[in-house]
Amino acid sequence: MPQIAQIAETYSSQIFWLLLTFGFVFFVIGLGMVPKVQGTADARDAKISGDLDAAKAAFARADEAEADYRVRDAQSRAAAQAMLVQAKAQAAKASETKLAAADAEVAAKIAAAEARIKAASDAALAEIETVAADAARDMVARIAGVQASDDAARNAVKAALAHG
Amino acid sequence: MAESGKIDPMHQFAIEPLFGTDHLSIGGFNIAFTNSALYMVLAAVVLWIFVIGGMKRELVPGRWQMAVEYMTGFIKNLLIANIGDKGRKYIPYVFSLFMFILLANLLGLLPLGLVGLHPFTFTSHFTATGVLAIMSFSIVLIVGFAKHGFHFFSLFVPHGTPALMVVPLFFIELVSFMVRPFSLGLRLFVAMTAGHVLLKVLAGFVINSANASPALGLTVGTASFVLMIGISALEMLVAVIQAYVFALLTSVYLNDAENLH
Repeated sequence: MPQIAQIAETYSSQIFWLLLTFGFVFFVIGLGMVPKVQGTADARDAKISGDLDAAKAAFARADEAEADYRVRDAQSRAAAQAMLVQAKAQAAKASETKLAAADAEVAAKIAAAEARIKAASDAALAEIETVAADAARDMVARIAGVQASDDAARNAVKAALAHG
Repeated sequence: MAESGKIDPMHQFAIEPLFGTDHLSIGGFNIAFTNSALYMVLAAVVLWIFVIGGMKRELVPGRWQMAVEYMTGFIKNLLIANIGDKGRKYIPYVFSLFMFILLANLLGLLPLGLVGLHPFTFTSHFTATGVLAIMSFSIVLIVGFAKHGFHFFSLFVPHGTPALMVVPLFFIELVSFMVRPFSLGLRLFVAMTAGHVLLKVLAGFVINSANASPALGLTVGTASFVLMIGISALEMLVAVIQAYVFALLTSVYLNDAENLH
């Protein structure tokens, strides 16, 4: 077995070259290069998990925004409803007052017109009396040849008009 | 060792100096550049090239970068599973250990004999695996004593030990602890040696039976050859598993040093 048979002549060379080569492997590759390789892998893992977290956070933010939007939507709907009700009430009030004013105006106009009509009919009546009295006086003068007084004729006409 | 015919299944483990460096030495110690050293350098260079391909540091990795990151991630998960988050600082060491052993095992299995070269598996030498095992064990000791001081000895007295049993248990646990570097180093050495010997013995069967007679060659030789194909696949698995076991046990021992019990 050469491992044992040659040990006396070769152990020093074996140990020397092993320490030399493994030293190179450890210091140059193990310490110099492996941490960089592993660092790249770790950075990638960190990036992936960071991106996933960011996506999760974005999802949460979107949900929040949607909930916020819903709340605001409901609020503005309620506000619009309230404004509508108020506007309706205002419009109703305004039209009521306008209507009342118009009513009053119309009533006043009607009252004035009625007064005018009454005055006109009174005047007309008075004229009819005068005309009738004149006619009565004429008739009395022609028929009886008596000059009837103005008052008598007027009273007679009034009585006749009152009796219809 | 016994020879089967002219084929020596142990010859593959022979260490030969290359390029006339037989007498190269430092302070009286021979440091000849051998075929074993050549495969150590090859494993280191292949690993270097492999990791360089993973240095593009792109956010969306290509295939090569993905492969390198897969290996570092594998070691990271192994350490975190065994030690917890404190295990991250051992990634460079355990990654170096795992990949170095893995490439040594796999490079030693390459069928370079087909083109006349002699592949060599330096992990089948306990002078090499022993150094790696002692290195891991030393790190465990250094971390353990640096972190816990003499409290580290409480590792040898499990929780709930009756007072009477403390002393005997301490010695039993101490022995099992001290055996760790040997089991670590010898396991890898034995597994690699056994597999390679088995392959060479079977290859010897194929050659010797075919040389003996066509009938033997067709029966014993063919059967051995089919067996070799299966065992070669098994050896690939063993190469990976032994590297994994080495890294896994190192991280389990590091866990003792980091967290005691």
